[in-house]
Parts: sequence; C-alpha cells; structure tokens
Amino acid sequence: MDTFFQQVISGLATGGIYGSLALALVMIYQATDVVNYAQGEMAMFSTYLAWTMINAGLPYWVAFFATLVLAFVGGVVIERVVIRPVENAPVLTIVMVCIGLLVILRSIAGWIYSYIQKPFPSPFPQKPLQLGALILGAHDVGAIGVTLVVLVFLYVFFRYTPLGLAMRAAAQNPVSSRLVGIRVGWMLALGWGLAALVGAVGGMMVAPIVFLDPNMMAGILIYAFASATLGGFNSPGGAVVGGFIVGVVENLVGTYVKFIGTELKLTVALAMILIVLVVRPSGLFGRVAVHRV
Amino acid sequence: MPAVLEADGVEASYGWIRVLHGVGFAVEDHGITTILGANGAGKTTTLRAVCGMVKTSGTIRFAGQRIDGKSPEDIVRLGIAHVPEGRGTFVNLTVEENLKLGAYTRRDRAQIAQDFDRVYGYFPVLGQRRTQVAATLSGGEQQMLAVARALMLRPKLLLLDEPSLGLAPMVVREIFRIVRAINQEQGVSVLLVEQNASTALELADHAYLLETGRVVMSGPAETLRKDEGIRRSYLGY
Amino acid sequence: MGKGGRALALTVVLAGALTLPFVLSNFRLFQFTLVFIYSMALLGLNILTGYNGQISLGHSTFYAIGAYTTAIMIDKWTVPYGWTIPVAAILCLVIGVLFGIPAVRLEGLYLALATLALGLALPQILKYFEHWTGGSQGIVLSKPDAPFGLPLTPDQWLYFLSLGLLLLSMALASNLLRGRTGRAIVAIRDNAIAAEVMGINTTLYKSLTFGVSAAYTGVAGALSAITIAFVAPDAFDVFLSITFLVGIVVGGLASVPGVIFGALFIQFVPNYAQDISKAAPWAIYGTVLILMMYVMPRGVWGGLRLVFARLARRPAGTRTVS
Repeated sequence: MDTFFQQVISGLATGGIYGSLALALVMIYQATDVVNYAQGEMAMFSTYLAWTMINAGLPYWVAFFATLVLAFVGGVVIERVVIRPVENAPVLTIVMVCIGLLVILRSIAGWIYSYIQKPFPSPFPQKPLQLGALILGAHDVGAIGVTLVVLVFLYVFFRYTPLGLAMRAAAQNPVSSRLVGIRVGWMLALGWGLAALVGAVGGMMVAPIVFLDPNMMAGILIYAFASATLGGFNSPGGAVVGGFIVGVVENLVGTYVKFIGTELKLTVALAMILIVLVVRPSGLFGRVAVHRV
Repeated sequence: MPAVLEADGVEASYGWIRVLHGVGFAVEDHGITTILGANGAGKTTTLRAVCGMVKTSGTIRFAGQRIDGKSPEDIVRLGIAHVPEGRGTFVNLTVEENLKLGAYTRRDRAQIAQDFDRVYGYFPVLGQRRTQVAATLSGGEQQMLAVARALMLRPKLLLLDEPSLGLAPMVVREIFRIVRAINQEQGVSVLLVEQNASTALELADHAYLLETGRVVMSGPAETLRKDEGIRRSYLGY
Repeated sequence: MGKGGRALALTVVLAGALTLPFVLSNFRLFQFTLVFIYSMALLGLNILTGYNGQISLGHSTFYAIGAYTTAIMIDKWTVPYGWTIPVAAILCLVIGVLFGIPAVRLEGLYLALATLALGLALPQILKYFEHWTGGSQGIVLSKPDAPFGLPLTPDQWLYFLSLGLLLLSMALASNLLRGRTGRAIVAIRDNAIAAEVMGINTTLYKSLTFGVSAAYTGVAGALSAITIAFVAPDAFDVFLSITFLVGIVVGGLASVPGVIFGALFIQFVPNYAQDISKAAPWAIYGTVLILMMYVMPRGVWGGLRLVFARLARRPAGTRTVS
C-alpha cells in the first residue's frame, strides 16, 4: 500500500509539471487558437538561463525568480517581435512560425550549452519526508507545492484583477475588447509572457528529475498535450487536473503493469490522447465549442 | 448648437469593395441623430468608420478634433462608446464583468461605482442578474447589457448599431425609451443606425437616409417621417 | 503569362530535368531523386491539408507504411520492386480511408493531435514487430538496375522512374482537383457545414481524401525505400511529419506545382544551413522558415502567382480553385 501512495505522490509531482506546461499551452490556445509547439523549448531555454545563473554563484531562489522575470519578458518579446507579423494569418502559418521557433531555440541551446546532460539543483532538501508510514521525496512534494502556488496566483490574477479580466475578454472576443479600449495586441503579449513564466516553472521543477539537456522538454511536451487533451483545451483548470491524472496513471501503469517498459510509457500517453479524442474530444472539463453558422 | 460629431466626404472600403462614397453627416451636441437605410446601404460601415474599425478617407471630427485614422482603442478613450451590431457582449463573462470592462479605460473609482448604480437604475433586470453569465440572458437583456456597458464609459457620444435587431417590439420600445432618458438626463449624444425606421424617427431629432453608400436625404426627423417617399419605401404605408 | 508562355516555360524546365542525369554527379542525382519523391509525398499531404483542410501531423506514418511494405516484400518474399509500388498504394489507400472515417468527427486542433499521436507511436510500433521490420536495425535492400538493359546507371534509372511517377501523380491530382470532386473537396475546407447543406457527402469525401492522400504519400515512401535502399524506424519519426508540413506550407498550400518548391526547400535548405553555420544549422533552418512565413505566407507558388498577376496587371486570386 505504501508503494501505491508513494507512486501516487510521485505521479502527482510529475503530473504537476505536465499540468504546468499544459496550462501554458491552453492559455495561448484560448487567446489565439494556436497551439504553441515551441512551448517546451521556451521552458527548456529558461531553465538553461537559470542554470547559468546558479552556476555563476547566485542563490537558487534568486535565480528562480530572476528566471521567471526573464521568461516573462522573453515571452512578451517573442509575441511582439516574432508572432505579431503573422497574428492575423491562417493558423498553419502561425504553426510554422512556432515550429521555426522550436527549432531555433533547441539549436541555440545545443550550441551554447552543448548536448551533454547537466545536473540541475533542487531547492528542496535531499532528505525524504516522513508522513506517518509514508516516505516521500522532498522534491516531489515541493514540486507539487510550487505548481499549486503558481496555479493559485494565476487563478486570483485572472479572476479578480482588472488586467486579468481584460486578458480574458481579449482572448474571448478581441473585436468587442477593442471597443472598450483594450489593446488586444498587448494582452496577447502578456498572455505569452505568462505562459512562458508558467513553462519556466515547469522546466525548473522537472530538470532535477530528468537532468538538463536540450531534448529535455520534448517528451514532456507530449505528456502536456495528453494532459490538455484529457482536461480539455478550453479549460485551464482541466489542463492542470489532466496533468495530475496523466502523471499518476503513467506512474501506476509503469509500476504495476509489467510488460510496459520505458519505451511504451510514451505509447500510454499517446493511447490516452487517442482514446479521449474518440470518446470525448472536448476533454473532461472542456466545453464543446458551438460555432455560429 | 455645435456638432459633437461631424463627418465630411467619408469613403470606406473593405478590400477592393468600396462601401461608402463620400458620406457626410453631423450629430448635434446632446442630440439624437439617426441614419436609416436598407440592408447593405452602409450603415454599419458608417459607425465602424467613426470608431476607427475600417480604413477611411475624408474627415471625421469629434468635438472639433479629427479622429479619422485613429485606432478604436484611442477613440474609445476620447469618449465614444460603440454598441455594435449583434451586441458584442462578452458571452462567457458575467453581467458584472461585462460592465466592469465598459469602464476599463477609466481611472476614477468613485465615479465608476456611481455609474454602476446608475446603470442598474436604468436596467433593473441587469442588477438582478449581475452574477449571471451573459450567455444566459435573453436577447433583449443582452441588448440592455450592451447599452449599459457602453454607458459605463461615461461617453459623450453613444453609437448604436441596429439595437432593434431580433427583438420583440415591446422590448424595442423599452430600450428606446431608456435611450431617450439617457440622452435627456445625462446629455449623452446619440448616433443611431437603424433599419426600423418608424421607431428610429420617433426617437431622433435629425435623420439621414443612406442608399448604397450615399446620403440621399437628410433633415429633421419630423420632416422625414412625413415624407411620401420615405413612408412608402421604409415605413410601409 | 499567356498559355503559350506557360507551355514554353514548362518545356524548358522539363528539358532541363531530363538532361540533368547525364550532367550531375551520382550524389546530386540522388538528391534530386529525393526531391521528386518528397514532392509526391507533399502532394499527398497537400491534397489532404491544403485542399481539404484536414491538418495531419502524422503523414510520416503513410510514408513509412509504403516504405516498409516495399522493404518487406522485397526482403522477405523477393517480389520485384515494380510490384511493390501499386501494393503500397492500395494498402495506404485502404488504411488512409480507415483512419479517415473516425477522423471525420475531429476538428482542426483535435485532428492534428490525433495524427500527432499516430506519428509518434509509429517508430515504437515498428521497433516492436522486429520479426517483420528488422527492429531498430531496419532492412537493407539493394538498388535495382535499369530494366530492359537500358544504358542507365541505377541512380539515373531511379531518377527517371521517380520523375515519371511524379509527373503522372501530378497530372492525376490536377485532374482530380480541377473537376467536381476537387470543388467538393475545397468546399468542405472552406465551409464544411455549407458543403453538407449543399448536398456534398462530407463524410464520404473527407475519408476518401484521406485515403487518396495516404496513397500518394505511400507510393513516395515505397520509392524512397527503393532509392535509399534502406529503411529504419527512426527515419520515420514525428520530425519527418513536421518536415512534410513545412514543405507544403513553404511550397504553397493547395497548389500542385508548389510541392516541387516545397520539396526543394526541405531537401536543400538543411544542407545549406549546415554550410553556413556548422554550429547551429537548424537555427538557420528555423529562421529561414519564419522569414518565409513573413514574406511569402502563401508559399513560393503563391508568391510566384502574385508576381505573374502583377506583370499581367490582373488582380491576384481570380482562379476558381485556390
């Protein structure tokens, strides 16, 4: 029974990371109808920036928050400089630009930092926590905690602040938003900035587990897609819940179903995507989009 | 009385298609002007031209200042509120959130709170439904919400695009009654675009008739209402 | 550019293409053969995505099925390579239709996700069925000689074979897309609901289009197995699917001739990117891709059409099927 709980906690930890990236994907999708395929690479690049700062001697949390700021600014800049010229173009064009971004970021990271794996520190103690009879990795618990803090922050921001309201409005109805004076372009840029920030958190939480290398986020992006599909691409909360579910299922299946080795772990994620799409495409929490004819 | 809005020689196109061919009109300060015309005459385009949503040539002056060429976001900040065709409510947000967004560009917190009260005064049904999601409102209620949101700007000029569209006659009368009240009590000037000519002519002081992108007739609303040609073509008798 | 001018240009290009094999080195010839093969694969994807609006991020699947069909038939059953091509075509047609039927219910993003999942799963599945596919090691084939004792090297023969099949498939595709079927396919892309209301059986057309698209790409895959003389699972990964998508967007969505430009792009730009910068060739590739989207969002073919239209002083976009 203990193994079960430990696997669940572990699964929740990785699930939180999948959920963070899924949240970033869903945020941009809701605002722009575009899936930002470069989300993972942006997170990876931010994590490398953090690594650089930590290596230069900065304390972890200083580097952490500095990275969040840099990731935010980076996201805003990318939207204004790279995406804005094609903001009104057909979806495929924007997807191409995102793919170009993906390729560029991965390439530059490889060039600057090489493809050798690097260890990334965890801010949480090495000693495992003991909760009754359970022994839990401190990093796992910490990662879940950080994910939840970010989520609460975002929820409060979007629900209760005027800027958050304006961003929601701009995502739902850009035309009416202009009519109340919202500068929709900048709302988009802010959305990208926030998504980049959330992705950076995910990257920094996952790096201690899987080690830092330019390919780090590629596999995680797939799990993020599975999470967002499961939760529903138009439900930010759903994406996070989906992440937790995917993380737990992945761990439990890996532990208890013997013939699925590490190779087929990915197939599990893919099978989940396909099953959800066939059975209930809008996901657990998504709404079926009703199109006016 | 000085005109709060003056348009002169306005041309507008959508891509290759020219929709307005040199349109000119004015809205008096504290007045209500209506632009009438059939479907496709260019009425909506005229309002879009005023609030900067379509590329135009010609001059448009608001309170003496030229606003042609400015972006909608800037024009809103000058005090022009546009209630678009189809209402343009934020359907997934609550009534209260919609109203908050109307006041997005304003900084004066105390006055915004007053305006909330005032708006709920004009439209009590919105007050009752303030935490409801806008999509659950009826067509008439959504139109009221759209007008209320525009009022939250404390605009000098209110642009109304076919507010009667798809609404029952009783609801239309109610909304127009409230628009008149707003005009008389708050001094908000109104530019009303309508297909429903009879109701519009009852409300307005001044009227223009648009046909395929040109002003073909203009004058006091009274006069146009009595005109034979208008009666036959637009009022149906 | 009048009809006469266009015919002249085509003749010149064709003549050039026919003389290349006697002028170029074997390696360059190989590269151009791959361009023809990619063009065919891109044509398949373009029919599905450009003309019919169904986004597929997993077309490498059909390319792989075609390639492995050929490889297995030659390797295990010593079937002459010529026969493997129609078999690959039919097999991919059937599988494409079978995938297309449930896919009809999926819109845009969700279809992209489903095809992405398919494309990602494929290398693993290929590795799993080792007995047939040779697992990670793959299957090695040998390049065929020119038939009927023609005085051509294998590379030259494969060049002509691919060119011939490409021209045939372009002609077939053009024919298909120009007629009623083509209009129905495009109508579905532009407004599926309106198309349905007008009496077009969208389910039928969408799944058939999937099948036809898969068949073209499958034939390309079969040719690639014969030309490269080797198949291995990792060559058919998601990046190949993305490369195909890049190819049709750069070449020009919904254009038959555009696929050649797309194929030239995906074959040669990575090579030249490596020449420009040893350190970050993919950064160059990505940058070129992004710049293309800014400057020529309708692809090379769209850009060319604009240029010709301006020369003829006709407003662009007066074609009926576009």
